[in-house]
Amino acid sequence: MNEALGYVHGLVGWAFSLAEAYDVPSLIGAGVFFLFAGLALLFACGVVFLRNVVHSALSLTATFICVACLYLSIDADFMGAVQILVYGGAVAVLIVMAIMLTRRDDMAHSNPSRGLWQHAGAAVVSGLFLLGMAAVAVLSPFQSAPQPLGDAAPGLADLMLSHYVLPFEVAAVLLLIAMIGAILLAKGAEES
Amino acid sequence: MDILNMMMGQGVVSTLADQLHNLFMLLFDNAVVAGFLMKCVGIGAILGIISVAAIVFTYGERKVCAFMQVRIGPNRVGGRFGLLQPIADMLKLMSKEDIIPQGCDRVVWALGPMLLFVPTALIYAFFPFDNGVALADVNVGIFLMLAISSQAVLPFLISGYASNSKYAFIGGMRTVAQMLSYEAPMVFSLLGVVMLSGSMRMSDIVNAQSEQLWFILMQPIAFVVFVISATAETNRVPFDLVEGEAEIVAGPFAEYSGMRWALFFLAEYANLLSVSILTTVFFLGGWNGPFLPGVVWFGLKVLAMVFVFMWFRWTFPRTRIDQMLAFSWKILLPLALVNVLFTGVGIYARQWM
Repeated sequence: MNEALGYVHGLVGWAFSLAEAYDVPSLIGAGVFFLFAGLALLFACGVVFLRNVVHSALSLTATFICVACLYLSIDADFMGAVQILVYGGAVAVLIVMAIMLTRRDDMAHSNPSRGLWQHAGAAVVSGLFLLGMAAVAVLSPFQSAPQPLGDAAPGLADLMLSHYVLPFEVAAVLLLIAMIGAILLAKGAEES
Repeated sequence: MDILNMMMGQGVVSTLADQLHNLFMLLFDNAVVAGFLMKCVGIGAILGIISVAAIVFTYGERKVCAFMQVRIGPNRVGGRFGLLQPIADMLKLMSKEDIIPQGCDRVVWALGPMLLFVPTALIYAFFPFDNGVALADVNVGIFLMLAISSQAVLPFLISGYASNSKYAFIGGMRTVAQMLSYEAPMVFSLLGVVMLSGSMRMSDIVNAQSEQLWFILMQPIAFVVFVISATAETNRVPFDLVEGEAEIVAGPFAEYSGMRWALFFLAEYANLLSVSILTTVFFLGGWNGPFLPGVVWFGLKVLAMVFVFMWFRWTFPRTRIDQMLAFSWKILLPLALVNVLFTGVGIYARQWM
């Protein structure tokens, strides 16, 4: 019994020293990050290339959720939760509802491929965007955080209600105006 | 006496977990492996709780229904009390034919019930079952839990859409209207609880209730708003407009059969258990209670809440969709907002006293 235990201990210890030697923990962290990043890109391609526009919308939702998982994997719990709640919940449902309510015919070929000129234009625009983003990513001086952030919510709340209270209130008023506008549009003209 | 003290101080479940952790340490002599295995045991325990709850609640619901309607209920399979009825039900579900409706959107249709179960099971990771017993006691626990549980809307909508049936589609649309409008009062009613305890971590909220009063006494309005909107979020009578078998057959479930339908069923009971757990954690003091170990108190409170939700189901008639949406936006949401306002004033006043 003790011999078998010793054998297991030796095996586990050997596996862990091997893992330490090849720096497996950081490899796993990077692996999780690139897994979600790759999935997000894959679903984003799905948004463009799927034939059915409802499938495109669902693929967009999956992209949102993969981005949220990215946030969670880099210890930004609050950002991840906001991403899931706002984009994965509200925005995704809004998009899917809008598509389903506005199209009546068959959905199977509702996202057709366009002509050559559109393809070329899309390629140029996305290439330029990629170049710009790459330039920003290379040129910006990224710094790693001096210490773990810990509980982000109280700090955010303090900043929002003291230093950034004016932009916060302006955003609230803007949203209120948008909501009133939407209600007015949905209600239609006065029937008198 | 020593063991008793240990149990009272630390809780039965965490003592057991420590013993298991020691066993894994003895076997593998490595903290990382032992921690990983403990997480696996935790995930297994949560899935076990969900499955057992589904089995017990199917039986319990029929018995409670029978009790409310002065009937006997299941009494044929497994003795006088019909104890084997859930197993018979499950065998029936598993042996049913898997019917795939013509003209449906195959992949999305098949994904619907599976995706529905994911957020439902995922939020169990945040629940504190006992002192120090939670799979992930993160600092934005409530917020992350609400965010993940709001993902349950889309699977209903896509399974309603993909079924290629009018009733299913109407049911899916109703789900969106209902679950989105009842999420707002639910979140705002919890805001009062968060303000009183000063934290979004679930275990901190339970600890705050052991220091102060139970929040059902300090936040009675929030409790009522939360229970009503939780009933709507789980799509149970009197708010089962999504299913509404008298109006739209079975809503999004109409075109599913056998085990696919059973997944919807499982998700419903998992939701019932999770809203009961949430009510217990936020308003009924969680694991706090005299004499008995914490996990027993927790279980008793959760089962009492499950009974209350079943009681609702068999005493209230179904509402109309426009009435229930108006109720949410015109009554529950203002009530929850007023509650937030008064809670803020109360906290401010107490600071000055």
